[in-house]
Amino acid sequence: MTRAAELSGAHVAGATSPHDKSAAWRVAAAVLDPEVPVLTIEDLGILRDVEEGEDGVVVTITPTYSGCPAMEAIRADILTAFRDAGRADVRVEFTLSPAWTTDWMSQEGKRKLLDYGIVPPRPRGNGPVALTLSLRCPQCGSPDTRELSRFGSTACKSLWVCNACAEPFDHFKAI
Amino acid sequence: MSVRDYTLSLGDDAMIAAQRLGEWIAAAPQIEEDVAVGNIALDLLGQARSLLGYAGSLEDPARTEDDLAYWRDEREFRNVHLVERSWSLTSEGPRDFGVLVARLLVLSTYLCELYERLRTSTDETLAGVAAKAVKEVDYHRDHATMWVLRLGDGTDESHRRMQAALEAEWPYVAELFDDAYVDPRLVEQGVGVLPSTLGDAFDRRIADVLAEATLELPEVGPAVGGGRRGVHTEQMGYLLAEMQHLARSHPGVTW
Repeated sequence: MTRAAELSGAHVAGATSPHDKSAAWRVAAAVLDPEVPVLTIEDLGILRDVEEGEDGVVVTITPTYSGCPAMEAIRADILTAFRDAGRADVRVEFTLSPAWTTDWMSQEGKRKLLDYGIVPPRPRGNGPVALTLSLRCPQCGSPDTRELSRFGSTACKSLWVCNACAEPFDHFKAI
Repeated sequence: MSVRDYTLSLGDDAMIAAQRLGEWIAAAPQIEEDVAVGNIALDLLGQARSLLGYAGSLEDPARTEDDLAYWRDEREFRNVHLVERSWSLTSEGPRDFGVLVARLLVLSTYLCELYERLRTSTDETLAGVAAKAVKEVDYHRDHATMWVLRLGDGTDESHRRMQAALEAEWPYVAELFDDAYVDPRLVEQGVGVLPSTLGDAFDRRIADVLAEATLELPEVGPAVGGGRRGVHTEQMGYLLAEMQHLARSHPGVTW
């Protein structure tokens, strides 16, 4: 695996601002998260940088959780997206700093999550994580819900159930 | 001791803990707990990949995280005994859930304090790994704490078993805070943390949880230790045999 070499050269990548979105950025930004396939990697906030240099394009992404098993799939999907767009001179790098937070998820992304049946994360800010107040059921809208399991189907989610309609649902944890 | 050696000890703790935790998947008392332990193990494995990848890159010639995970022998591993011990060391059958809860509480509380300090390490890579990992282990600590409260302040039977599990794990706590194998120069340079300086915060947090759970802080002496210099318990070899079997039986295998 090449992550070792990449990690040692890990750099702090700032998210590219909306003003300088290049064609290359748009190609990378359209790649979907394989585990929540309604979100793009831009919606999720894990696309950190797309840089065009003499050697081609370098796309920098950051994992949601240290052990996120989707990173390899996302790397492959980015390379495929660029190949489909006619570019093969692309490299995908991973960075850990600054650490990803759910506050980087776009408003559009949060709306898409809710439509998909996953309750989006609350804003986290810089302070300590607040107590998780009750969540509203994404199916029937009832606030009468409870946490069933603090860990869900993927590292980024917890499992909840609605007391009103009895449907289970996922919550994207705020970190 | 070099930055590489220090990073290796952190990476080995995380990797061996993850490997041991994996034994609970499909064997926990509830399916939700299978998922929880799986997630916790995955976080630790991710931290281990980052740390071992970095440690390997500092070697000459560089080695990958897989080289370090699969191609070192027992004496080359630098993890503490706490994380390698099997789950069957009390009289409660092949896997004692109380031991799992006790170990998770100890490990996550220690890692929270450690990673919080390493966030400001002068080594940028270690600081980056720690800043990410601290959020994960904080969640693990929360999970372990809830179980300790529930079991400790639960029924007579759950209280007795939780206390027994703490007694079984406690001899292995001291090794986490042993300064003997951390080079003071690394601490002076701001790269690493002197383990003993994490002890007070650890003790306070543990004391709070145990008091609320109506449990007693075990009064047992420390076990012999030696993990940081590659001397391991009998159970370590079995763990490595399982973890390394595939890579060694089929060198270069990919899937």
